[in-house]
Amino acid sequence: MQFDQILQYTLSGLSTGAIYALIGIGFSIIYNATGIINFAQGEFVMLGGLLTLSCLELLKLPLWAAIPCAIVVSAAVGILFERLAIRPLRQPTPINLVIITIGGSILIRGLAMLLWGKDTHAIPPFSGDEPIAIGGATILPQHLWILAITLIIIIINKVYFYHTISGKAMRACSYNRRAAGLVGIDVRRMVLFSFIISSAMGAVAGIIVAPLTMTAYDVGVMLGLKGFCAAIIGGMSSGMSTVIGGLLLGVLESLGAGLISSGYKDAIAFIILLLILFIRPQGLFGKADSERV
Amino acid sequence: MKKMSLLLGSVCLSLICATVSFASGTIKIGALFAVTGPASFLGEPEKRTLELLVKEANEKGGINGQKLEAVIYDTGGDATKAVQLATKLIKDDKVSVIIGPSTTGESMAVIPVAEKGKVPLISCAAGIKITDPAKHWVFKTPANDQVAAEKILTYMNSKRQKKIALLTVTDGFGASGREQIKALAKRKGFTVVADEVYSPKDTDMTAQLTKIRGIKPDAIICWGTNPGPAVIAKNVRQLGINIPLYMSHGVASKKFIELAGAASEGVMLPTGKLAIYDAVAKNDPQYKLLKSYDQSYKKAYGTEASTFGGYAYDAFLLATGAIKKGAKTPEQIRNGIEQSRKLVSISGIFNISPKDHNGLDLSAFEMVKIVSGDWALIK
Repeated sequence: MQFDQILQYTLSGLSTGAIYALIGIGFSIIYNATGIINFAQGEFVMLGGLLTLSCLELLKLPLWAAIPCAIVVSAAVGILFERLAIRPLRQPTPINLVIITIGGSILIRGLAMLLWGKDTHAIPPFSGDEPIAIGGATILPQHLWILAITLIIIIINKVYFYHTISGKAMRACSYNRRAAGLVGIDVRRMVLFSFIISSAMGAVAGIIVAPLTMTAYDVGVMLGLKGFCAAIIGGMSSGMSTVIGGLLLGVLESLGAGLISSGYKDAIAFIILLLILFIRPQGLFGKADSERV
Repeated sequence: MKKMSLLLGSVCLSLICATVSFASGTIKIGALFAVTGPASFLGEPEKRTLELLVKEANEKGGINGQKLEAVIYDTGGDATKAVQLATKLIKDDKVSVIIGPSTTGESMAVIPVAEKGKVPLISCAAGIKITDPAKHWVFKTPANDQVAAEKILTYMNSKRQKKIALLTVTDGFGASGREQIKALAKRKGFTVVADEVYSPKDTDMTAQLTKIRGIKPDAIICWGTNPGPAVIAKNVRQLGINIPLYMSHGVASKKFIELAGAASEGVMLPTGKLAIYDAVAKNDPQYKLLKSYDQSYKKAYGTEASTFGGYAYDAFLLATGAIKKGAKTPEQIRNGIEQSRKLVSISGIFNISPKDHNGLDLSAFEMVKIVSGDWALIK
């Protein structure tokens, strides 16, 4: 076993893991604001990629304009989803909400299939595709974009949750919705906000990964599940622990595929998921009664 | 006794129904395609092709004066649904022949239904199990995966590439290809030095490829359908691997070149002649047919015809070939199909015999290399 091989596995794992982390944070934000797991999260990843494609090809926008356009439209879909599917619910028990998000995800996927067809589509890389060598391993410029954008989003996230009024209000909702309501926080508005933020983040993940992995109407399913794993490892926190959870998952998958057997790649993710749920349901880094933001 | 008369009555009734449908002068062709679902890339072009062919045949006055009617059902790629719909085709629609299903799993599930209903089934799936051993009522139009694998290995042999690294997808297509290549490799004196897999929705295969790079094989054979192979081609380029990369006929469409972009350069694969008919010699017996199929498909649907649609085309040719020779009942059509010899079609030239219900050989494929974004024949 050579050093450059291990380095390659780790680098590949980190860049895949960054995507899992972004999707995982999307899960956590909604979970913290509403107490539900939004299984439609993966579909926003798909929407991000496919909407960018449409902006590029139908509207003939340049890439730098197509990306924000796709994010805005995905966030709008997030708003619609919250308004039409989540808010009107009479009995918002967690199980009802979870089933609704699953139904919503099937609907969004079905509509995407009708709109974009069943083919896989490619999106051009942001800045060329000449490999960059790092000590015997190679990565693409797109991998650097992924790592950098993930980092920026985490920083923005941190600033938002700890240094703005609405971020603090959202944290308050996650601690205790009722109390937050009593001190004058509009909880429903915070729920809407959480959907906007996490659908936009899902879209960003979908856009930055699309040049590497291509995109199609059904990419959201697997990526959504992996993002969910990351969130579970991180104990449903919308901070660093989910990021570490995502990176850990990516690296373990990649090392597992390289060193043990590629046949078990997906199994590794789900074994980790089950182990965490059985042994440490509060997440790998959480204390039993941890703060979730 | 009562039961007996009831049975006789129903037999008579069905005979009357049958006579009525023959007397009306239309021949019903049933079809089961995975138009939606994960195998829709097969089912959709198949459905379009069959609709186009039936329309064209009827515009020309039908076959021997009989109009054709296509009854097409969407299985969604689901074997259970395929079985239900096959029963419906036989019992309710009373079709004379069934084209499809699109996938091997569905085909295997539908075979007992067709055998029991005594209706010929012309599968559009490639799995070797469908016609090996040959079953009385079952035919199939795509060449066996084995033939494609053999084409690659024959070519590799000529280049003295003896150490193979396998990278296959963990679905039916990949598993079957993996088995075939391993069996063939053993027989032909190759060694499989790496046997890696990936799942259909994987987005990064650098881990598998890094491992393969460390083993230093003579060639990599990747067996899968889009988008996996396109990701692999990109990963190979990213890692700077300079080992010849072979792909299966599963990616023999322009879509692969479009998805993999510059990374598709130099990839070699076996393909049916449809994808490369421009490069095929003008005096090739298939040339005229390939060209007319591609052009009429483009005219009707605005996209290029694909090898997969060609499978339905060939099934239609086999069925109508038998009907042209006067076959009317399902039994006669079955016999007619079994006697198809030197039938020039999209996938190749069929020579069907009682022992071989596929009838295609190595000549069905050409080895091509992707050079500056297009196919180039390897001589």
